[in-house]
Amino acid sequence: MAASSKKWLWGLLAAAFLVPLLRPVLPDIVSDYRLFLVSTMMIAAIAVLGLNLLTGFNGQISLGHGAFYAVGAYTAAVLMDQANWPYWATIPAAAIVCFIVGYLFGLPALKLEGHYLALATFALALAVPQILKYKWLEGLTGGVQGIVLNKPEVPFGLPMSEDQWLYYYVLIVMVLLYWGAANMLNSRSGRAMKAIRDYAIAADTMGIDTALYKTVTFGISAAYTGIAGALSASAIAFVAPDSFNIFLSIKFLIGLVVGGIGSLAGSVVGGIFYVLVDNSAQALSTFAKNDLGLQFDLSAYTVFGILLIVLMYLMPMGIVGGVYYLVQSMRSSMRGPQAQQQAATQKQHATR
Amino acid sequence: MKTNRRTFVGGLAATTMLSGSRVAFAQKKYDDGATDKEIKIGHTNPYSGPASSYGVIGKCEEAYWKSVNDRGGINGRMIKFITLDDGYNPAKTVECVRQLVEQDKVLCTCNTLGTPTNTAIHKYMNQKKVPMLFVATGASKWGKPKEFPWTMGYQPDYHTEAVIYAKHILANVKDPKIGVLMQNDDYGKDYWEGFKEGLGKEADRVVKHVTYEVTDPTVDSQTIQLKDSGANVFFNISIPKFAAQSMRKAAEIGWRPAQYLNNVAGQVTTTMKPAGFENVQGVITAAWLKDPTDKQWDDDAEMKAWRDWMAKYMPSANLGDVNFVYAYSVSYLMEQTLKKCGDNLTRENLMRQAANHQKLRVPGLLPGITVSTSPTDFYPVQAVQLQRFKGESWELFGDLMHAEST
Repeated sequence: MAASSKKWLWGLLAAAFLVPLLRPVLPDIVSDYRLFLVSTMMIAAIAVLGLNLLTGFNGQISLGHGAFYAVGAYTAAVLMDQANWPYWATIPAAAIVCFIVGYLFGLPALKLEGHYLALATFALALAVPQILKYKWLEGLTGGVQGIVLNKPEVPFGLPMSEDQWLYYYVLIVMVLLYWGAANMLNSRSGRAMKAIRDYAIAADTMGIDTALYKTVTFGISAAYTGIAGALSASAIAFVAPDSFNIFLSIKFLIGLVVGGIGSLAGSVVGGIFYVLVDNSAQALSTFAKNDLGLQFDLSAYTVFGILLIVLMYLMPMGIVGGVYYLVQSMRSSMRGPQAQQQAATQKQHATR
Repeated sequence: MKTNRRTFVGGLAATTMLSGSRVAFAQKKYDDGATDKEIKIGHTNPYSGPASSYGVIGKCEEAYWKSVNDRGGINGRMIKFITLDDGYNPAKTVECVRQLVEQDKVLCTCNTLGTPTNTAIHKYMNQKKVPMLFVATGASKWGKPKEFPWTMGYQPDYHTEAVIYAKHILANVKDPKIGVLMQNDDYGKDYWEGFKEGLGKEADRVVKHVTYEVTDPTVDSQTIQLKDSGANVFFNISIPKFAAQSMRKAAEIGWRPAQYLNNVAGQVTTTMKPAGFENVQGVITAAWLKDPTDKQWDDDAEMKAWRDWMAKYMPSANLGDVNFVYAYSVSYLMEQTLKKCGDNLTRENLMRQAANHQKLRVPGLLPGITVSTSPTDFYPVQAVQLQRFKGESWELFGDLMHAEST
């Protein structure tokens, strides 16, 4: 099982690195626009991963990760705009700033559990766009006007388009971050994080410093989302408070739930899902109106909602959980009843 | 482009038709988004999110192009108007516009809405050399043909409007002491900057400057502060809800200054009526569009034609919404611009024609206001006229004012 999934992973990575090179050969299929779209998906995947570290692996709910995304984006933008930093140097800076902000926010949040934490983070997400418009910060953030940036330039005279380079840049960062997250989760600290999620009191009794782990996880989670924000500032080449409204945080959460809580692969699927649906929801609603003869307007968010409900009914464990379950049940039906029982117990483990 | 080449090769193969097709191709010139049969126009608009009340503009423009197609299109070409929802989120606008330009391959965009959203795509459109025509924002930065030769504004900007009020105050009010109420965002600041510029050396005439957030429930306390400052002029930079509140409050507390109201809140049904007609007599504002709720236009030929059109193409719409007049007028201008391009539908020619309107009358604009542009003048509508509230409607006075200051 592990060996075959590793093979899959390497295959996928090879494809991700090689396909964009086909751009000169198949300009219509591997177009700049599609590469840009995939880049935004990867950025979303990083942000969802950040939220997953907190919610999926540590059991703390956040409705406000859009705030850290905004802080990351603005850190990168201000450094590029005011201090002329190169775009790649802003990634660690955004990570550090967001880690500190996340850690500090995690301290009072320790006293809040479950829904209360969700509300506190929700307030943070609502406050950040207002703070960015604040007049004392205006010199730095540009107020409501935002900051216009340059797109990352192709280095070393490589024969690539800007979007191709952006794609590789984001891909490399994403692979590094996923590699880091996978290693962390398999380590002693990762097991401690999960132990706190599963049973906080038991974890405490085992000698895990729950307060420390919770705040540090909050910081790391914020740092991941902040890196995604910094990448998006480079990709969009513009930041403004209106880009970071409350819907952004909700979308991260949707991506997380749809992709699969507590699953690394689920974060990627979740990131892809929300960009894809966000882009096609309007097309779907016009299709329903014009071609299916629906009498009233269906807003894009309605389509989004309906899709979510359907998906939750069909795959309550998210897409990755659902696919995993499907593969398992197909295998066991081929093997026979005895193996079926075995698969059922395996499924239970998987859903944990 | 590709189909053209293919049809061209086909034409070469058919030797008998050779000369004929050559003549045809010498006349017709196309860029992406234009063919013998179709012209594609892109548009972004918030249909969802915080600014979704502007969604009616996109709906109305869609209906306008449908009516153009029903009439047989422009020079025999049908218009395909692709409008996408950006939710007033600049990051999303970039995605939408890249889709329009790179996937749908539109000839140009028209009337993309919002200041932050247009800022996000400003550079991109000019790098790609795609016309970004008649953007729907009141900011003053869209008419810079030297730096941004592919972007053109439409409406008179807030900045110039405020300059006009300032000049009028200095010329007409004796010893003015000015109180300013301002919405604390980009729109409010644009007015405020223009106002200060218009006052010039006399900027200290402003005795009180108070702001509100768009989320505030009322502006009562701000209005009282303005009265207490002893101001005898009230410059009101607010959207209809707060404009009505503040003018009503001013009357209630017995403050009777000379009132100047920004054009944003100049509608009769949404501002003046809720404020109470008896409280707003003599208020001055500047206008450039005909307000559909103003009785003086009831028998106006243009507005009658507009109402008939609305009844046919937007039957369930609210006729009192000035956004429909706005959308109708800007679409008319786009239609005229495309007509002038003839069979030369390149992006370069489209920009040339957009910058070559001489005193074009656009329905919906106030009498006497016309659209004039040139290669150095990318501000299509520049004139406004002051009007004073009398009885239950606005009364125009004075001359048209041309804002050449920008």
